[in-house]
Amino acid sequence: MNKQAAASDLDLSVVGDTVERCGTGQDAVIPILLDLQETFGYLPVEAMQRVAEETDITPDQIYGVATFYAQFRLEPLGKHLIRMCHGTSCHVRGIVGITDTISDLLDLDGEGTTADGGFTLEKVACLGCCSLSPVMMIDGQVFGGLTRKKAKRILKRFQREETEQ
Amino acid sequence: MNQTQVIVGMASCGLAAGAQETYDALNEALSKADAEASLGLSGCIGVCFLEPIVKVVEPDGTEWTYGNVTAKRARTIVQKHVAKGDPVSEWTFESGEYAKTFESFTNKQVRIVMRNCGEIDPENIQEYLNRDGYKAIEKAVTSMTRQEVIDEITASGLRGRGGAGFPTGRKWQFAYDASNDTKYIICNADEGDPGAFMNRTVLESDPHSVLEGMMIGGYAIGAEQGFIYCRAEYPLALKRLRIAIDQARERGFLGENLFDSDFSFDIEIRQGAGAFVCGEETALIASIEGKRGMPKLRPPYPATSGLFGKPTIINNVNTLTNVPWVILNGAEALAQYGTETSKGTKVFSLAGKIARGGSVEVPMGITLDEMIHDIGGGSNTGKPVKAVQMGGPSGGCVPASLFDTRVDYEELTSTGAIMGSGGAVVMDEETCMVDIARFFLNFTQTESCGKCTYCRVGTRRMLEILTRICEGEGTMEDLDTLEELAEKVKSTALCGLGNTAPNPVLTTLQYFRDEYVAHVEDKTCPAKVCRSLITYSIDAEACTGCGACIRVCPVDAITGERKEPHRIDPDLCTRCGSCYEACTFDAIRVE
Repeated sequence: MNKQAAASDLDLSVVGDTVERCGTGQDAVIPILLDLQETFGYLPVEAMQRVAEETDITPDQIYGVATFYAQFRLEPLGKHLIRMCHGTSCHVRGIVGITDTISDLLDLDGEGTTADGGFTLEKVACLGCCSLSPVMMIDGQVFGGLTRKKAKRILKRFQREETEQ
Repeated sequence: MNQTQVIVGMASCGLAAGAQETYDALNEALSKADAEASLGLSGCIGVCFLEPIVKVVEPDGTEWTYGNVTAKRARTIVQKHVAKGDPVSEWTFESGEYAKTFESFTNKQVRIVMRNCGEIDPENIQEYLNRDGYKAIEKAVTSMTRQEVIDEITASGLRGRGGAGFPTGRKWQFAYDASNDTKYIICNADEGDPGAFMNRTVLESDPHSVLEGMMIGGYAIGAEQGFIYCRAEYPLALKRLRIAIDQARERGFLGENLFDSDFSFDIEIRQGAGAFVCGEETALIASIEGKRGMPKLRPPYPATSGLFGKPTIINNVNTLTNVPWVILNGAEALAQYGTETSKGTKVFSLAGKIARGGSVEVPMGITLDEMIHDIGGGSNTGKPVKAVQMGGPSGGCVPASLFDTRVDYEELTSTGAIMGSGGAVVMDEETCMVDIARFFLNFTQTESCGKCTYCRVGTRRMLEILTRICEGEGTMEDLDTLEELAEKVKSTALCGLGNTAPNPVLTTLQYFRDEYVAHVEDKTCPAKVCRSLITYSIDAEACTGCGACIRVCPVDAITGERKEPHRIDPDLCTRCGSCYEACTFDAIRVE
């Protein structure tokens, strides 16, 4: 899951492959950006510039799209991504308190990435697992029926695995 | 088929409940056991509250469905049922503790949209074909004219299941009548309502039915290209859609000259990138075109000028899933269900404080009471249900006193809520309605695209007022300002997001005004949710001094010797509620 890299070591040659796959017209911009984010873990400015050079899409169109949609990130992610579901069902079943607990445990002020780059905590609108609310997703795996205690236990397991490695 | 089949429900809800561990445990146990059995997967049958679910089909076809199958239960099922032919009946839906629950949950439901959900392996086209899959498109292309297809859909009374309820046949007619060489059909799978998952259920459990519905729509209007706009937050749905499209192409259901006719059709997936406003048709089109998802003034409607300026129809996942069924079974078969103006069935996502949550498909015309109490089993907290929030951020809260309202587009709209896409979040007396209104406003305020001034700025001011009220700083005048702003946002916004954004505030103000007044005048939160208005203390008589609360308090606000009553320092306490959850002696008081 370790996808981030310092800007200087970015291998921008992948941009060419991505553009070849997705196209060069404006309607390709979202597929291109999603693909690049999959590769880099976020959208480095250098990569977006390269997209503008290699396609018919202007820099303002690219940046406009990258900043409009919630999926796109302009900052690198932590090694593990924790997404706390703040949908309606999770809200009425106590996700606010659970998010506080996880945030405290990671020593974060609300959302963000931990100082060691180990975890990024994000609140999301809805993961669509409402009947098992409250839920959170860590690296694509969904955990349902959370309580503060259960969420803490799950996070500690990830933290333990991290230190053991 | 002479071998036992073991099938695990593996949609997102099942996986969240631990279906992967169950699957792995079954796999291991089966390889060790002395029995011939196959292990497979299915989607979700909608009974989310009993996930993980495992079905065992015996060689003679007898089916047993097990609920709450943990890894441990999975091993027992293999040892007893699969290896020795002795079902563990107490865990099954057929005879055990779940039988009655399952019966109440299902007996008022009618399965049209969810006809294949949980019944087939969504990653195997053959299983869809075994259940009349792709027979409807074949019938349409080989024996019906385009106009006949549209007439059949019109006669069925099918209306848009995305929430607005526009008659599907009429929409198709507009696009059919528009003269253009190129037309498009788009499936709206950008299910953005927080609290709704009925599209996900179908996409993950029966993706081919969505493709087939699109093909029929494409045939009817004369489109050769379809797009599925699916949100990136649904990775499993995207994966299964991709598999389904590949398989359909391989088998010749997508491509050139289908069924030896002059009809050609193909489908492409476009991922949404996380913008609620893209559920609106013109914003969705802008997004596929690679622009910021901002709505445009209508007319022209997409049916005459849509994607890349071509006639385009946009239908919701659940609308499209109805289509093949209507073509095969006839318009009358759908129209037999429902009310005068709302025909067929509607899938709801029952969630929130509900005993039996899941995807439920009910005939239109059923009352909210039947849906929430008879099917859903009432609240999961033992406290009475106070309201149900229908239609997400565009909808409203219907109070329990109006639960005789029927599921019908017009009746629901008359309560101030809407049919919506199908989110139904149940709330009990521990849910604060002011907090819920603030929750939704926070959502719509964040998701407003910013094009219309009242939607951009007005929702923000409304959120500030609601936050103030939740913090005990509100005034009675604020309530009037809220109403005034709500009307302005509704009437000046260009699109559905803005037109409906104030609904959660207006309905809570209408039905739960006393809660607003309590926050403003008495500085209390009747549901004991708003942190600024509550205090925590410990009942010295109930406290056993076990220390559980001390261990969980994140700010060290609780002190006390072991086996002596503890106390909370109100100045340090952040009212997070950790102690309340941790205490097993009911000694934490919230006032």
